[in-house]
Amino acid sequence: MGDTVIPRRAPFLFLRAALAAGTMLAAASPTLPQTTQPNKTREQPAAPTETIEIGLSTETIAITSNFGGTNLTIFGALDNADPLIRRQGRYDIIVVLQGPERDLVVRKKERYLGVWVNAESQTFLGVPLSYSLASTRSLQDIADPKIFRQLSIGVDNFYLAPEAADKSDANIPEFGKELREIKMRQGLYSQRIGDVEFISPTLFRATLSLPTNVPVGRHRARALLFRSGTFVREANTSLQIVKAGLEYRIYEAAQNYSLLYGLFAVFLAVLTGWFGRLLFRKD
Amino acid sequence: MGIYLPIAELSVNMLVILGMGAAVGFLSGMFGVSGGFLITPLLIFYNIPPAVAVATGVNQVIASSVSGALAHFKRRTLDIKLGLLLVVGGLIGSLLGIYLFSLLRDLGQLDLIVSLLYVLLLGTVGTLMLIESWRALQRVRQGQPVNLKRPGQHNWIHRLPLKMRFRASKIYVSIIPVLGIGFFIGVLAAIMGVGGGFIMVPALIYLLRVPTNVVIGTSLFQVTFVTAFATVMQATTNHSVDIVLAMLLMVGGVIGAQYGTRVGQRLRGEQLRLLLALLVLAVALRLAFDLFVRPDNIFSIAIADG
Repeated sequence: MGDTVIPRRAPFLFLRAALAAGTMLAAASPTLPQTTQPNKTREQPAAPTETIEIGLSTETIAITSNFGGTNLTIFGALDNADPLIRRQGRYDIIVVLQGPERDLVVRKKERYLGVWVNAESQTFLGVPLSYSLASTRSLQDIADPKIFRQLSIGVDNFYLAPEAADKSDANIPEFGKELREIKMRQGLYSQRIGDVEFISPTLFRATLSLPTNVPVGRHRARALLFRSGTFVREANTSLQIVKAGLEYRIYEAAQNYSLLYGLFAVFLAVLTGWFGRLLFRKD
Repeated sequence: MGIYLPIAELSVNMLVILGMGAAVGFLSGMFGVSGGFLITPLLIFYNIPPAVAVATGVNQVIASSVSGALAHFKRRTLDIKLGLLLVVGGLIGSLLGIYLFSLLRDLGQLDLIVSLLYVLLLGTVGTLMLIESWRALQRVRQGQPVNLKRPGQHNWIHRLPLKMRFRASKIYVSIIPVLGIGFFIGVLAAIMGVGGGFIMVPALIYLLRVPTNVVIGTSLFQVTFVTAFATVMQATTNHSVDIVLAMLLMVGGVIGAQYGTRVGQRLRGEQLRLLLALLVLAVALRLAFDLFVRPDNIFSIAIADG
C-alpha cells in the first residue's frame, strides 16, 4: 500500500531536494523515482515503511591525469519517516561507493639467505578496487556487527572470497586484513563517520572521498537505512568514472592496440636516434 | 615540472627524467656503451615499477644504438652475415626472455629476479673491468708497452661443427656459438632491458676472434634489431612500454651523448674504464642493498586476473 503513495510524493521531494542542493540532483531521474527503489523486505510490517532514495548529479565523472582527489557529494531523501523516531535521532544512514571488482593477490615477503623474497600468497576474488563509506554515526553505534557482515558493509566487514580451495586456511584472515590495511593506506578504502548529515527532516547529504588513484570503471553507490539498529532498506545507483586527456588515450592505445603502439615506440626511438645524429653531426 | 607517465601510472618530475637521460647519454657517449644497464636501475631507484623500467629501458637503447649502427653500415665496418645470424639468435632469445618475464611477473618474483640479475651482472662486469683497467694503469705507470694481445690461437670453439665462413670478419667458425651469443643477449634484452653490448663485444673478440674493426658495428647492428623486437614484444605481451618516459629519456640521452663523446676523446682509455667500473659497481651495490634491507611493508597486493 505504501508503494502507491510514494510515487506521488517523491517528485515533490526531489523538487525540494533540487532546490536545496542546486544542480546536484538534476540528472537523477526525478520523474521515475520508483525505478530506483528496490522493494525490500519489510522488517516490521506494522510500522510505516520508510523509503530511501539517492541521486547523483551526473552519470559519468571524467578525471584528468593531474586529478588530486576530491569529495563526491551524494544527496538523498528519506521518506515516510516516523517523526518521533526521527526526533530521537534513531534513523541512521550509511552510504557506500564501491569501485569495480578485480581479483587481487596479496603477497608476503620472507627472508631467504638474507634476501627479502615474495613467499606466501593468497588470492581474493572480485575485490572492490575502492571502497568509500560515509555514515551518520560510527558503525558500532548504528547496528550490531553481525548485521554489517550480513549486509557486507564496512571496510572491515565486507566479505573477501579466497580463491584457495581450502577455505579454512589459517592465512586467509591475516592476508585479508593486510589487503584492507594496504588499501586504507593507499586511500582507496575509507570510512568517514558523521559525513552523512540531515540537511532537513527528509533530506540528507553524504560526502564520500574520491582519492587521487581512484580506479576507472563503474562504481556502485549504495545507501542503507537503519531504524533503531535494524536494517530497513537499501537504494542503489551507479556512476561511471573515466579518465580524460592525452595520457589516458596513450594508456588505452597501449592496452588495445599494443602491436601498433610497440611499432610506434620503435619508430620514435629510431627517429630520435637518427635525428640526434643529424643535429649534432661532427664526424 | 610534473608529468604523468601513462603506463607507469605515476607523476614524475620531467626535469629529473630528462637529466637522468642526459647523464646516462653523457656516460654512454663517453664510454661507448648503450647505457641500458644504467637506465633501468636508475628508473627503479626513482620508483618506476621494474616491469616498466625494463621495457622502457630496452626501447631507449634503440635510440642510442641505431645511429651508431647506421654510421658503421655506411663505413662498411660491420659484418652483415655475422650480424644477421646474431639477430636470429637474439630474436629467439628475446622470445624466451619475454616468456620468462611474464611468468615471473605472474609469480610475483619479477622485481626480485631483475634486481638479482643486475647485481650479478653489474657486479661481475664491474669487478672484471676494475681489475683490467687497474692492471693497465699499473703497466702504463711502470713504462711497460701496452700489451695488445692479438687473438690468434684457436680454442675449443673452433672445433664445433656447422662451420661457416664470414668474409667481412675473416673468420671461419661454427654457427652454434654465434647463435648462442645472440640468444643470450636476446634473453638479457627482454628480462633486463639492456642492449648487451658490454657482453657481446668481449664475446665476439675473445670467443669468435672477430677483428676489432668490425666488432662494434656488428654488435650495434644486432643490438638495434633485438631491442626493437624486444620492445614490440614487451608492448604486446606485458603492455609495459611507457612511450612518454622513453621519449624523455631519449631526448635527454641524445643531447647528453654529444657532450659525453667530446669528453671521452680527451680522457685516456684506462682511466675511462676505471671510472666506468667504479660507476657500475656503485649501481650494483645500491641494488644489492635494497635486496637485503627489510622492506617497510612485507605485504604487497597486485591484480591477479588478466
